[in-house]
Amino acid sequence: MDRQSPASGWFETLARHRVALAVLALAAIIVIAPYEALATNILIYGLFALGCNLLLGYTGLLSFGQAAFFGLGAYGCGLSIVHGGLSVLPAIAIGVLSAIGGAILIGAMVIRSRGIYFSMVTLALGQCVSALLYEADGWTGGENGLRGINAAHVNLGFFNVNLLNPTQKFFFVLFFVALALAIVARLLSSPFGVTLEAIRENEKRVVACGYDAQATKWVVFAISGALCGLAGSLYAVHLSIVPIDIVNYHSSGLVVMMSLLGGMGTFFGPFIGAAIMLLLEDVVSHFTSHWQLIVGLLFIALVLFFPRGVWGTLLSYVRSRA
Amino acid sequence: MTLDLFLLQTFTGLALGSILVLMAIGMSLIFGMLTVPNFAHGAFYMVGAFAGVVALRLTDSFIAAIIAAPLAVGALGMLVERTLVRPLYGRGVDYPIVLTFGLSYVMVEVIRILFGKEGIPFETPEFLQGAVSLGFGYFPLYRVFLIGVCVVVVGALYLCLERTKFGLVVRAGAADPEIVRVLGVDIRKVWMLIFGLGAGLAALAGLLAAPMRGVTAEMGIPVLVEAFVVTVVGGMGSLVGASVAGLLVGVVMSLTSLFSPKFAELSMFALMALTLIVRPRGLFGRPGHLG
Repeated sequence: MDRQSPASGWFETLARHRVALAVLALAAIIVIAPYEALATNILIYGLFALGCNLLLGYTGLLSFGQAAFFGLGAYGCGLSIVHGGLSVLPAIAIGVLSAIGGAILIGAMVIRSRGIYFSMVTLALGQCVSALLYEADGWTGGENGLRGINAAHVNLGFFNVNLLNPTQKFFFVLFFVALALAIVARLLSSPFGVTLEAIRENEKRVVACGYDAQATKWVVFAISGALCGLAGSLYAVHLSIVPIDIVNYHSSGLVVMMSLLGGMGTFFGPFIGAAIMLLLEDVVSHFTSHWQLIVGLLFIALVLFFPRGVWGTLLSYVRSRA
Repeated sequence: MTLDLFLLQTFTGLALGSILVLMAIGMSLIFGMLTVPNFAHGAFYMVGAFAGVVALRLTDSFIAAIIAAPLAVGALGMLVERTLVRPLYGRGVDYPIVLTFGLSYVMVEVIRILFGKEGIPFETPEFLQGAVSLGFGYFPLYRVFLIGVCVVVVGALYLCLERTKFGLVVRAGAADPEIVRVLGVDIRKVWMLIFGLGAGLAALAGLLAAPMRGVTAEMGIPVLVEAFVVTVVGGMGSLVGASVAGLLVGVVMSLTSLFSPKFAELSMFALMALTLIVRPRGLFGRPGHLG
């Protein structure tokens, strides 16, 4: 959907600079959101949804286990700060690496299954990860979550980022999100990215053309896991605790919803989805405790009336006018 | 660790498995025919238990509740299929998943609004209290009843699917809905009935589980995952598969919890992973349009 022919016109010009535009738009969230912590949350969940969307929107694989990688990232990062005494940057690296490790392992088991079986197996294995983290309570805090993640500052040599300052923390997280966006944009415009979309459209034909669809899916599964793990690591740094609930399949479901709400297979959609969902939650929960009712109705309405999502609908409207 | 204890625990597993069988059959039929992975199945299970509570208050009879609750929830299921699921046929598997996921949120929240967040205690009906001797130990009468109900329902369903004209249409529809439609059968009516049947079976399972697990708005969440595991292990769309896998998962979980309760949930997923590595379509799954 995001792939454009090298034609002229303002829309194409904008689309060529999508990473820069996306980062600028995301930087504006701190102005729009009612408070900085929520803005940071939107970035983190948007990144999580970006990872999910790489599988769902671009490759056509609906994983219901992405929360496992978010959780592996969060626990990997949190544990190396709490028990390993590492500083923030190496801890984030360890978080991402543990998510990649988990994704390679789980990917090897699930990549052969297709369609609904893929969704179910990822769900089950994701719950396995959740159960393991829950049972290792001596280490992870089990039901109470992992507490006491001390992430106060990051020393970059020339500048000391104070993570206790919400604005500095926002831009610290935005840096990683921008990095991820640049990587994803590069990936999508490479032959690898085209293969992903080809798999989504017709896997048999991709195989017939001589591409190794299994290996491609495995690699994209690992990349998606890395993005989710990065989001998880940042989440641990952001909140200073890791609640066990985030590894649950409901968390996977939530992020699938965010991707869909924004628009599957659109570059910026996941962030739109995350922003709408989290802002709405923040506003609605002021008025009623039955926030889930609104979310549920939103999903139903979305599927029935806006299957392309908010950003997807907007994009196709603009593209038809341009 | 004695043999008696082992046997007793196996029986407990069969009772828990019976609930899973009832859940998984509906889920498996709905998926096999409609290709809709029903994420609202746990919510139907939960609504069934609450419908049972209401019926019990009105009639004061557990048997009446067991009949009324599945019928009411079955009707609700048919309504859901007609209004929400039907527009999505032919649009891929993702949209029904999101829709039923959202629907389950709505159902849980509506129940919370109607009945509060605390949940309702549910007494075992008087005529089913007590225990019976099985030769190797005493076993709660209610669980024997549970296994009995499951056997009767599955038996009736099996006969209905294998011996009646309706069953023939259902099986043909699962194999190739196009051809069935060409032959002049209104397959959409069958789909609606199947969705209602699945929802009704889930409601029955929820009500039967109520005396053992209590009635809360969240009761469907763990069961949904267990039922998905059973459906996948058994093979999507297979009645026999769902029955065998349901009992198997029940027994495996029950026996694991005898050795180490912490790993009961994990054993279920391990069983599933193992099954799928050996047989990617589940124990009784057939190759076909299901993936």
